[in-house]
Amino acid sequence: MTAPLLEVRDLVVRYPARARRTPPVLAVDRISFTVAAGETVALVGESGSGKSSTAAAVLMLRKPEGGSVRFDGRELTTVDERGLRALRRGVQPVFQDPHGSLSPRKAVFDAVAEPLRVQGRWDPTTGPARVAELLDLVRLDRSVARRLPHELSGGQCQRVGIARALASEPKLLVLDEPVSALDPSVRAGVINLFTELQDELGLAQLFICHDLALVRHVAHRVAVLHRGRVVESGPARQVCDAPTHDHTRELLSSVPAFDHLTER
Amino acid sequence: MSGRALLEVEGLRITATRPHEVDLVRDLSFAVAAGEMLAVVGESGAGKSVTARAVLGLLPAGLRVSGHVRFDGRELVGGTGAAHRALWGRRMAFVPQDALSVLSPVHTVGDQLALAVRSVRGVGRKAALEQAVAALDRVGIPDAARRARAYPHEFSGGMRQRAVIAMATVNDPDLVVADEPTTALDPTVQARILDMLAAFREQAGMAVVLVTHDLAVAAAHADRVLVMYAGRHVESGPVHRVLRAPRAPYTAGLIASLPARHAVSRYLPAMSGAPATAGALPPGCAFAPRCPAATDSCTRHEPEPVEWHDGHWASCHRIAELPRRTADLFERTGT
Ligand SMILES: Nc1ncnc2c1ncn2[C@@H]1O[C@H](COP(=O)(O)OP(=O)(O)OP(=O)(O)O)[C@@H](O)[C@H]1O
Ligand SMILES: Nc1ncnc2c1ncn2[C@@H]1O[C@H](COP(=O)(O)OP(=O)(O)O)[C@@H](O)[C@H]1O
Ligand code: SF4
Ligand SMILES: [Mg+2]
Ligand SMILES: [Mg+2]
Repeated sequence: MTAPLLEVRDLVVRYPARARRTPPVLAVDRISFTVAAGETVALVGESGSGKSSTAAAVLMLRKPEGGSVRFDGRELTTVDERGLRALRRGVQPVFQDPHGSLSPRKAVFDAVAEPLRVQGRWDPTTGPARVAELLDLVRLDRSVARRLPHELSGGQCQRVGIARALASEPKLLVLDEPVSALDPSVRAGVINLFTELQDELGLAQLFICHDLALVRHVAHRVAVLHRGRVVESGPARQVCDAPTHDHTRELLSSVPAFDHLTER
Repeated sequence: MSGRALLEVEGLRITATRPHEVDLVRDLSFAVAAGEMLAVVGESGAGKSVTARAVLGLLPAGLRVSGHVRFDGRELVGGTGAAHRALWGRRMAFVPQDALSVLSPVHTVGDQLALAVRSVRGVGRKAALEQAVAALDRVGIPDAARRARAYPHEFSGGMRQRAVIAMATVNDPDLVVADEPTTALDPTVQARILDMLAAFREQAGMAVVLVTHDLAVAAAHADRVLVMYAGRHVESGPVHRVLRAPRAPYTAGLIASLPARHAVSRYLPAMSGAPATAGALPPGCAFAPRCPAATDSCTRHEPEPVEWHDGHWASCHRIAELPRRTADLFERTGT
């Protein structure tokens, strides 16, 4: 078997005490999981279970206290600053708040061009075409290029965020609740976009989500987090259809069942 | 509707007057019977919150209401607001999304509840505090007597929302209007609180208007549902009828795009476009630009609610021509 694209082993993330008398927070307590190329792995768990802290370590935004994170054959926890910069391009985030993650004064064109410029890959002759191509990829009409974020709907903003992530030509997308701030009627379209991008570009995805019904739909495998530990993991459909841990069952029952009401 | 409704809303119109006139809600009618739970479902900007606030008489300045809101037969629209004030806390109460907007940070939770009791009933401090503790206990706050002495910031988000529900229900109102009472909370906490609210409603027999953007929440808890889009009625009726056999394409699309528990495909049936917003409505049916069943006449006239089946209403010109399974309109072909 080939090595996985991402391999997280015994990851520990601890936040220092904020005030005297409050103890430090052990947010992630020896978590291990892998993501293969082209695969979607979901992290689920209730609020505070350590999902975003795990994502921050994978995105190299926070140095973990312990454990190892291997991406594309390189150990991230020991790599130097230059190596980190090169590796970062390969792992790109998409966050929950679509408006908050875009700069309010920057038009869509510049927002999507920015990663290319920052990485020194901007070519004035081919750059505009590359931006147009990225907008096509996220199914945005090219006419939105001149608009500012406040002139976009939440779903359009989220697509711009995805186009920015894709500009770096990543191998792994880290999606931290990417649709929970969106209106219900636009969620499915954005979720489908992630699946299409995976099918077209072979992207791997680390998908953080509260909703197990959605996870069952889109993820290949799932890890259930509880208080910073993985309490259950396996193929998404198996875990969702036949959970073995009480905590997974509780998460499942908190998504009101819908199927029994509909004709599907 | 059997008997007279507790709450009757008829031809409600809510208009923003600044900077120019924009209708936020138009021609909206619905009723809530005593003891019933009505879920008002819609996406952001659909007009759920302004409707809830119009019912309560809590609209901010700059919004104008016309039409009718009748509570127990009494007209609440027009007049000085005295009719509303006489009802607040006693017969109708409000549970907002943000608990901290109604809890005072400088008084203990128990004192605030006791004050609410004393403002309605002529009881002494001690008796009021006892009722406050009992109210906290009813909403599932453990060790209520001790917790009553805590301040709101010492509660978790879920406990705070329980305290607000305790506050709203302490004087046994006939109607509670809850505007997305659990949206800001963790789903596991959300489910526990909604279960608690539903159980509590059964025991106390109060009516509830539950505003939510989540159809699954409506399915799990409400007797009837009202679906709104762009400030108007889309569909309403008994929750099982509307959600099992929706007639309006918008409702059908919302349901179809939820992940089904036994789906095989990784793709979800999806709607195109984004919700219409007040002030920038397309002509005719506001859903037409996104509707797979739209025809030319849809963009010329706004549809009115039509009774499709006993108490099940839908606002759609093509109600009689759509496929029996309206979800098929959104079925996605693909992997
Ligand atoms: N910057 C920080 N400083 C201190 N503690 C933190 C910080 N960020 C997170 N925590 C704590 O670490 C734990 C895990 O938080 P994390 O944000 O990873 O949870 P999560 O699973 O993403 O939750 P949610 O579903 O609410 O997003 C929690 O106890 C949280 O309070
Ligand atoms: N005080 C106000 N003044 C002007 N417009 C408002 C006001 N409050 C809400 N609106 C507008 O009314 C419409 C409906 O809002 P709201 O009732 O809050 O929707 P919902 O609760 O369904 O998300 C939106 O277009 C919103 O921008
Ligand atoms: S009236 Fe026309 S556009 Fe509106 S929902 Fe019905 S079919 Fe669709
Ligand atoms: Mg998080
Ligand atoms: Mg609202």
